[in-house]
Amino acid sequence: MTAPDAPDVLTPVLTSRWAEERSWTLETYERTGGYTALRTALAGHPDQLIQLCKDSGLRGRGGAGFPTGMKWSFIPQGSSGPGAKPKYLVINADEGEPGTCKDIPTMMADPHSLIEGCVITSYAIRAKFCAIYVRGEALHPIRRLRAAVAEAYAAGYLGTDILGTGFDLDIVVHAGAGAYICGEETALLDSLEGRRGQPRLKPPFPATAGLYASPTVVNNVETIASVPYIVAGGAEWFRSMGSEKSPGPKIYSVSGHVERPGQYEAPMGITLRTLLELAGGMKDGIPLKFWTPGGSSTPMFTAEHLDIPLDFEGAAGAGSMLGTTAVQVFNETVSVPWAVMKWTEFYKHESCGKCTPCREGTYWLVQILERMVHGEGTESDVETMLDICDNILGRSFCALGDGATSPITSGIKYFRQEFLDLIAEQPAVARPEQLADVELSGASA
Amino acid sequence: MTLPEGTPEKRPGPAAPAERTWEAQPPPSPVSPVFDEVTRQRAKEVIARYPVARSALLPLLHLVQAREGYVSQAGIRFCAEALELTTAEVSAVATFYTMYKRTPCGEHLVSVCTNTLCAALGGDDIYARLSERLGIGHEETVGEPGTTGSLTLEHAECLAACDLAPVIQVNYEYYDNQTTESALELVDALRRGEKPHPTRGAPLTDLRTVELELAGFTEDPVVAAAAVAAGSASPETLRGNGIAAERGWAAPALPAEPPALPPLPEKP
Repeated sequence: MTAPDAPDVLTPVLTSRWAEERSWTLETYERTGGYTALRTALAGHPDQLIQLCKDSGLRGRGGAGFPTGMKWSFIPQGSSGPGAKPKYLVINADEGEPGTCKDIPTMMADPHSLIEGCVITSYAIRAKFCAIYVRGEALHPIRRLRAAVAEAYAAGYLGTDILGTGFDLDIVVHAGAGAYICGEETALLDSLEGRRGQPRLKPPFPATAGLYASPTVVNNVETIASVPYIVAGGAEWFRSMGSEKSPGPKIYSVSGHVERPGQYEAPMGITLRTLLELAGGMKDGIPLKFWTPGGSSTPMFTAEHLDIPLDFEGAAGAGSMLGTTAVQVFNETVSVPWAVMKWTEFYKHESCGKCTPCREGTYWLVQILERMVHGEGTESDVETMLDICDNILGRSFCALGDGATSPITSGIKYFRQEFLDLIAEQPAVARPEQLADVELSGASA
Repeated sequence: MTLPEGTPEKRPGPAAPAERTWEAQPPPSPVSPVFDEVTRQRAKEVIARYPVARSALLPLLHLVQAREGYVSQAGIRFCAEALELTTAEVSAVATFYTMYKRTPCGEHLVSVCTNTLCAALGGDDIYARLSERLGIGHEETVGEPGTTGSLTLEHAECLAACDLAPVIQVNYEYYDNQTTESALELVDALRRGEKPHPTRGAPLTDLRTVELELAGFTEDPVVAAAAVAAGSASPETLRGNGIAAERGWAAPALPAEPPALPPLPEKP
């Protein structure tokens, strides 16, 4: 069914080392070709690397899909003006979007690919300091990364005069402290500066005023871990996977009601139908009801969308977003209003409180959804929620507020009747005390 | 609302306060004795890692939490003095983040993911059963905080292990693919002072040791090396790889030699 030149269904690149014995060690990494791309990169001019990244078409893997090479080229260079300031590379490893679980296994299993990517990227953008901001709950990845950084220093891949080229770089592995909002790049920068993690108004963008108000590139783990492979394979090799506008391999994290959840690395554009086949189909044969293409902030899809190509254009064309390719699959036993309520409780908890529409809106949405799910909804609740969503979307500094509206608006779009049914005192999930009532009334009847 | 009568100028002023003498308070000691020389030295090391000192605040809060099992007022003052900030500035940060606890925690912190996907697969039930078994709610502690077998329970947001749902973390080590039974066994064992091995992660220690590690320090290099080497790969993590190997699928081969870098772009 695949064309002669088409790549295989699964193409392990970033995940290729994961099954190696002691995959996280420098020894394994070097034995399997690690740190050779660094030598190639350091022999070139930084601008050649930025050009290579642009040619490869690599797009950010953290959710937004911004072209990585273009982001790097926004960093002002030169010996005067803004170009004279120190530049920084910050890695966003604050993985916390519900459903997303690709960066944590990457950092656990193959921390050196991220570190090699950091050195190459820092050289390209002329940064001498790089911080890897890992969410604090990701203890084992932090442990592995720190051990790998120490190994890289000892081997001369980090520190001063790296491999005798005169290039210096320090990397700090920075543990966060439990705040989803810090996955938003400007909130992450504030947090890294020792402040509350609250987003900044953009512009100015981090490329001109990021960490310590200096030019900064903020990239996701998977993005930067791809860089050594692009240097080793070239832009054409990278583009031999995926589509014209969404090239390269991507880790799809399949979770939920499937027989074999797990990490599947495929060329961009794989469909849920194929992923489900690989994952052994729906668990216990119970049919699919709804799924997210890339985390809870991406509008949900249904069984109608099995053949949507999961790349940036495909997901957007069908009214959602690719996000982090966190494919959460839910079967027919799950109530959509209940799932939406749980996600909304999450956004309410994680709203940083800076912008009123998001802070107050998520608070009220939770009240309405909890009431509805408990069978106490009113006729106007659906419209009220859509109205609140309309007042959040696009009206806050960062995308958390926008993301909070996605499950609600998409849930109502595809499953409006299920919300309306709740109004007739039909709890979506019977509460234990209600179950007790049922049993009591059953016994007395 | 009632307005006072007359114009502000004509209103009688407030009565002069009664004369009071203020007893001189002894100045607070510069650093709480809880934070010994080792901790102070570590604080200096943390600060030295960053181009700007204030970036050390999050690790420093982990450091004081490692010392006391929570972030106390003394801990806040320690951080403030180390970074030349006000205690208000440090408090503002400490209260923002979920991982900094404001009351003393148990030997272990048990975090149950109750986000949508884990909840749909049983996370909500697990949390309810644990809460019932331990007789505590969110961010509450059973047992004398810090003593062996004491536990703090919390429901957590997505712990980024969705392919292994439902998940629990104890001191941020992963216990994957839980059921209500396995979770109850886990907390019962913890209560008895046992330390069941996590599914992924290092042998279980306690919350304070882990907080020290988050701040960037370990006590024993041998233990630390063993912790790094402790298992991480689950069948779920390697699923795609396994299928690819089985079916002979692979990414297009990398060229033997890296291709030449593109020519330097022309300066505009």
